[in-house]
Amino acid sequence: MAISEHPQHEGGPRWFRLFHFASPYQFYPLAGKLAPWFASAAALLALTGLWMGFAVAPIDAQQGEGYRIIFLHVPTSWMAMFIYVVMAFWSIVHLVWRTRLSAMMAQSLAPTGALMAFLSLVTGSLWGKPMWGTWWVWDARLTSMLLLFFLYLGFISLTRSIDDPERADRAGSVLALVGVFNIPVIHFSVKWWNTLHQGASVSVSKGSSMATTMLIGMLLLALAAWMYSIAMTLVRVRVLILQREAHTRWVRELIAQEGD
Amino acid sequence: MLYWTSWSAFFAMGGYGLYVWGSVLVCALGWITEISLLRRQRQALLHHLRRVEFARGLDKENS
Repeated sequence: MAISEHPQHEGGPRWFRLFHFASPYQFYPLAGKLAPWFASAAALLALTGLWMGFAVAPIDAQQGEGYRIIFLHVPTSWMAMFIYVVMAFWSIVHLVWRTRLSAMMAQSLAPTGALMAFLSLVTGSLWGKPMWGTWWVWDARLTSMLLLFFLYLGFISLTRSIDDPERADRAGSVLALVGVFNIPVIHFSVKWWNTLHQGASVSVSKGSSMATTMLIGMLLLALAAWMYSIAMTLVRVRVLILQREAHTRWVRELIAQEGD
Repeated sequence: MLYWTSWSAFFAMGGYGLYVWGSVLVCALGWITEISLLRRQRQALLHHLRRVEFARGLDKENS
């Protein structure tokens, strides 16, 4: 099908236009335009958040200056969990509608999610050593976060090891869905079990028990991590699109024109 | 606004310097690595696709 013959669905029913960007050809330029905005947002939020957290926020009564790891540990932990949920969402979309771009989105999210999970574990360890006296403990939260990290690695290995792209997509989607039940376990672990890891200090229903500058710093950095993850995912899905659609005419024309 | 009174206090982080700055370092390394790896992956792919396109052009010439 020549590029000029791509259906435009002008004036179709609204839900139908939703699938406009399900086409890799349509989504590729959109992702390219959006990515720099998210990257800039991430940089700005990160700088402001780091300023709030490391330069302005006062000392903590119980943990001294060591608590400042929270500004890195909480954003990475939240993102590790959130990214997996988004992966699961795209996996459902893929399994239901068989859109390959959905599977590509899930696969583009995974490496960033894996990194966030890894950083959550490492910053957590560095926080645990001075505060609890140990680098690691097999309590519910740490163990389920480690499991999440392994799930990410498993997803990445699985989708990369299967040659047939359709089968790889489907296997990955199933794995992502099976593993998503781990997320509420991580979240509620400090409530359901006796854990060494502290309970929630920020909750939707009860507000926060932290000082305001600390809270603001943490939220800004959480937002920064979110913007960063979106930017990385958009760039990565563009690479994946070019890879998977390399045989199509639009990709070949793109490469021939300007190679970008 | 600024909480700190001196640079040395800032770097020492009340005795927790190793852990706090260690965390900052590992996060910075992680994100920088991710960004560079992704950039390299993209450039390698574009390079490869260009060469394939070039080869196709040669094939057309010779056929």
